[in-house]
Amino acid sequence: MKILVAIKRVIDANVKVRVKADNTGVETANVKMSMNPFCEIAVEEAVRLKEKGVASEVIAVSIGTQQCQESLRTALALGADRAILVKSEDELEPLAVAKVLKTVVEKEQPEMVLLGKQSIDGDNNQTGQMLGALLGWGQGTFASKVEVADGKAQVTREIDGGLQTLSVKMPAIITTDLRLNEPRFASLPNIMKAKRKPLDELAIADLGVDVAPRTETLKVENPPARKEGIKVETVAELVDKLKNEAKVI
Amino acid sequence: MATLIIAEHNNSQLQAATFNTIAAAKQLSGETVVLVAGHNCQSVADEAAKAEGVDKVLLAEAEHYAHLLAEDLDKLVVEQAENFTHILAPATTFGKNIAPRIAALLDVQQISDIIAIEGDDTFKRPVYAGNAIATVKSNDNKKVITVRATAFDALSHEGGSASVESIGTTEHGALVDYVGEELTESERPELTSAKVIVSGGRGMGSGENFAMLEQLADKLGAAVGASRAAVDAGFVPNDYQVGQTGKIVAPELYIAVGISGAIQHLAGMKDSKVIVAINKDEEAPIFQVADYGLVADLFKVIPELIESL
Ligand SMILES: Cc1cc2nc3c(=O)[nH]c(=O)nc-3n(C[C@H](O)[C@H](O)[C@H](O)COP(=O)(O)OP(=O)(O)OC[C@H]3O[C@@H](n4cnc5c(N)ncnc54)[C@H](O)[C@@H]3O)c2cc1C
Ligand SMILES: Nc1ncnc2c1ncn2[C@@H]1O[C@H](COP(=O)(O)O)[C@@H](O)[C@H]1O
Repeated sequence: MKILVAIKRVIDANVKVRVKADNTGVETANVKMSMNPFCEIAVEEAVRLKEKGVASEVIAVSIGTQQCQESLRTALALGADRAILVKSEDELEPLAVAKVLKTVVEKEQPEMVLLGKQSIDGDNNQTGQMLGALLGWGQGTFASKVEVADGKAQVTREIDGGLQTLSVKMPAIITTDLRLNEPRFASLPNIMKAKRKPLDELAIADLGVDVAPRTETLKVENPPARKEGIKVETVAELVDKLKNEAKVI
Repeated sequence: MATLIIAEHNNSQLQAATFNTIAAAKQLSGETVVLVAGHNCQSVADEAAKAEGVDKVLLAEAEHYAHLLAEDLDKLVVEQAENFTHILAPATTFGKNIAPRIAALLDVQQISDIIAIEGDDTFKRPVYAGNAIATVKSNDNKKVITVRATAFDALSHEGGSASVESIGTTEHGALVDYVGEELTESERPELTSAKVIVSGGRGMGSGENFAMLEQLADKLGAAVGASRAAVDAGFVPNDYQVGQTGKIVAPELYIAVGISGAIQHLAGMKDSKVIVAINKDEEAPIFQVADYGLVADLFKVIPELIESL
C-alpha cells in the first residue's frame, strides 16, 4: 500500500515569535524554519509502516514556496521514497490545502494519508479532517497508536477524557498526536542519498483548484501582557498572599 | 440569521464546554439552536432546552450516533445547514474532530478556536501558540467556528424553556467502527472547568511523586494537570496535558510545580487568573507569568504547603 504524507514548513517551534510593529503579521525575516513537528511524526509513522512491510511506498507532499523543498528533502532523508512540491507563493488556508491534497490523492491513489493534527503556526487543526470529508473517507485524528490489518486501520486517539479506539476502513486519513512515535534523526548517508531521490514540482495553477482566500486577517497583535508578579520567600508567605491578597483560597 | 450549536455530550449529560459555546452564540445575531445527536439521549435534549439562552433544540437519535462519530454527524449537520448562518462547536477534541468536516462539505473556511466575537463575521483567535492574537474576517456566506470555552463565561444551566423538535436522521456511513474507550476516572473536578488546578512537570521525577500533588489538590478541591514532559515520561495519562496541544485552562488559581514554562505549556494556562510557580531554578521562564513565584525544592515545600492548608 502507498502512503501519502502531507508536510508543512513552519517557523521552528523553538523560535520566540514576534508580532510585526505594523500589526500585519509576525516577523518571518531571518527566522529559522523547520518541518512542523506533527508532520515529522507523520513521516516517521509512514516510514515505520514501510519498515514493517505494511506500506510499499511513502510519498511526501508539501504545498508552498520553493523553500519547502528543504522540508521535503528532510522527509526523503528520514525514509520517504519520493516527494511532490506543489508550488504556491501565497500562504493557503486549510480548505485550499485540503483541495490541493485531494487532487494529489486522486492521482496517486494512496490507501492512507498521514497528516499532522495541527500546524504550530496557524494552530488550525483542520486540514486532515477537511481532506477526509472531501474524499468521503473515514479519519483517525489525534492518533497515539496505529495498527493496520485486514483493510482497516485501528487507531487509538487522544481525546479530552482519555483514549478512544476506532477501526477506520481504508483508504483512511490519520492525523498524528505527539505521542505516536519519536521521530529519528536523519543520518548523514541518508541525507546524501535523499539528494538523489525524485522530487517532482507542480504549479498550483495547473491543478485547477479554487484556492482563493475566504478570510482576511485584519490585524495581528500581541496577547495582553500579564502584570508583573512577585517572589515569595516561604510557604507561609505564599499561603498568606493567596488568602489575603489574591483571595483565591 | 441563526446559529446552530453542535452539542457535545455522553448521551446522558451535556459536556461543560457546550454551555460556553451557547454563551458565545448569544453574541451573534439571531436565534440559538442546539443540535443534540446521539442515542437514547432525550435527557440531554431536555437539559439543553432548560439552558439559558437556548431558543430551540433539535434532537436526532440513532444507534449509529451513540459515539458521536464525525463521519456520521457531519452529514446530519450539513442537512440542517441551510437554515443557519453560523455553525458552532466547542474547541474540544470532539469539536475539532467534526467541525472541519462540516466546513469542507459546505465549502467554508473554518475559523478555529475563537476567543472573542467582534461582529457576525469577525473573530479573534490565538495563533503561534498564543504568541499572537489574529483578528480574522470571514467572507464565506456561512461561518463554521470552534469556540475556546475558557474565553466565554457559561450562562446559567437553568431558566430556559426551549422546545425540543425531533428531526430525521442520516444513514450509517460505515466508514468507522467504534472499538472502545479508556476514560480517566476521577473524583476530582474536570480540568477545563476546575476553579483550581495543581499541575506537575518533569521536576516531579516520577508518577509516584504525583501522589503529593493529589494530596495538595484534595486540600484545595483542585484538578490535577501536567506538562507534556510529565505525560511523555509516563507519570500521568495523556488527558492531564495542559498546553498548545493539550487542554486550554483558565482557572482562578493555577499552581505549576516543577514546570519550566515552555511557550507551548504557557499557551494552555497563561489566561489563569492567579498563577503560582514553584521551581528550584530562579531563571525558569514560568516565573515570567507567575503572580507568586517560590524558588524552592518542591520536595521540601509541597509537604509544607499541604500541612499549612
Ligand atoms: C509541537 C510541540 C507541542 C508541544 N505541546 C505542549 C503542550 O501542549 N504542553 C506542554 O506542557 N508542553 C508541550 N510541548 C513541550 C514543551 O516544549 C516542553 O518541552 C515541556 O512543556 C517541558 O515540560 P516541563 O516543564 O515539565 O519539563 P522541563 O522543561 O524539563 O522542566 C522541568 C522543571 O522542573 C524544575 N525542577 C526539577 N526538579 C525540581 C525540584 N526538585 N523542585 C523544583 N523544581 C524542580 C526544573 O528547574 C525545570 O524548570 C510541546 C512541544 C512541541 C515541540
Ligand atoms: N501547506 C501545506 N502543505 C502540506 N501539508 C499541509 C500544509 N498545510 C497543512 N498541511 C497538513 O495539515 C496538517 C494540519 O494543518 P492545519 O490544519 O493547518 O493545522 C499539517 O500538520 C500538515 O500535515
